[in-house]
Amino acid sequence: MAKSNKPVVWGLFAAGGTVTAFLTPALVLLTLLPAFGVMPEVMSYDNLRAFVSHWFGKLVVFGILFLMLWHAAHRLRVTLHDFGVRADGFVAVAVYLAAAAGTLATGYFLLRI
Amino acid sequence: MSAHGKPYVREVSRYRWFLRSPRYMRYMVREVTCVFIALHALVLLVGLKRLSEGREAWETFLDNLTAPFGVQLQLLILAFAIYHSMSWFNVTPKAMPVQIGEKFLPGAVIIGAHYAGWFIVSIALLFLAGVF
Amino acid sequence: MSERIVELEVLRFNPETDAEPRFQRYSVPCMNEWVVLDALNHVKETMDPTLSYRWSCHMAVCGSCGMMINGEPKLACKAFLREYDGVIRVEPLAHFPIQRDLVTVIDDFVTKLKRVKPYLIPKQDQPVEAGEFKQSPAELKKYKQYTLCINCMLCYAACPEYGLVPKFIGPAAISLAHRYNEDSRDGGREQRQQEIASNEGVWECSFVGACSEVCPEHVDPAGALQQVKIKSTVDWYQEHLLPGSKK
Repeated sequence: MAKSNKPVVWGLFAAGGTVTAFLTPALVLLTLLPAFGVMPEVMSYDNLRAFVSHWFGKLVVFGILFLMLWHAAHRLRVTLHDFGVRADGFVAVAVYLAAAAGTLATGYFLLRI
Repeated sequence: MSAHGKPYVREVSRYRWFLRSPRYMRYMVREVTCVFIALHALVLLVGLKRLSEGREAWETFLDNLTAPFGVQLQLLILAFAIYHSMSWFNVTPKAMPVQIGEKFLPGAVIIGAHYAGWFIVSIALLFLAGVF
Repeated sequence: MSERIVELEVLRFNPETDAEPRFQRYSVPCMNEWVVLDALNHVKETMDPTLSYRWSCHMAVCGSCGMMINGEPKLACKAFLREYDGVIRVEPLAHFPIQRDLVTVIDDFVTKLKRVKPYLIPKQDQPVEAGEFKQSPAELKKYKQYTLCINCMLCYAACPEYGLVPKFIGPAAISLAHRYNEDSRDGGREQRQQEIASNEGVWECSFVGACSEVCPEHVDPAGALQQVKIKSTVDWYQEHLLPGSKK
């Protein structure tokens, strides 16, 4: 029996799961609070651009989005199997390609700021 | 090992297996949180794009976020994100037991530490973001 | 001593005469403190000697009497009648072929158990004169929990991945491999990894956690499997980024 290569994607899934568990609710609040009359200072155009212009800001944004995308991709692959879809080869390629596209897009937009 | 006659194999429905018990249903809810994490990533990615396009594009993005559909979507994302966080922290002691000498750290301690960390990180993030 | 009449709905299957299983109803006079196994024994002794099922110790240590009771994998000797209202549905353990009545074909599990080499493989061969292996209480504690498995297969009945993907090695077998991997006297981890670090091994598991919930001995196979996943992931990076380094 050959040892699997799943550790690669599972490792990203686990890291992403941990990061999203700690950060996602607070991050959602940042974009949700404005609708309830509370505008976080960082959400103003000037402040956010300043943060993302800095190399550290880029690193943080890239890291979080990268892990979110690959966590969701791997879990979605497993979930589709749980829902009865039996096309794992195709599904795996599709979800990881989507995560890769999202990763590239993140990098692209970050470099333009 | 079938000494007399053919054994009978009971089929498991690949589409309806999880309807068989509340335990399986809770598992599926946990798994489906990934859809909302993906949606959140999409929201952030679109926001990043608008941020790179200039002030007007960013203001339009904020308008979309505060519109009814934007709020409803985010509330849904928030609910599933919280379910993800809780289900993740609750199983951490199983995946990473901490042995000290001959005893193991009680699961409740490990879980409690994660919830405390979650609270601290969230407050810190909101503070640094200038919410208060 | 108080009695009650318990209605049992038992799945019957005779491979010599039946094309399909069917339910049979028994009205069984029971004592209130009985377990389902007592009710089955009463049926077999006084009402229907053709009813077939496995049992032995009647005290939840042999692992023989696993069956589905109202849809839950349970040991029949540990399922107290007082916990149930109304008709009690008794079926053979899920995800295994039915041999006859409540007796399942367990060959698949036994084969998988052998594959994971559930025995001590010493790091070095030692002659008897060298003396015993020494192990501290702390080293014992590390794997003690996983020694408690009684091979009852309730975890296989609970695991939806095993139900859907029969080639999955499964919770108990992988937990037993983990038991030996964590034993300080053992040196056979790499051999076991060849089996459990495969796609049919731990990577088929999606951490549903049902296995641990039904385990009568509190082995926590779900925990064992996640620990195997983490170690296997560290392994993978070590093998691919630092080839030739010792583990």
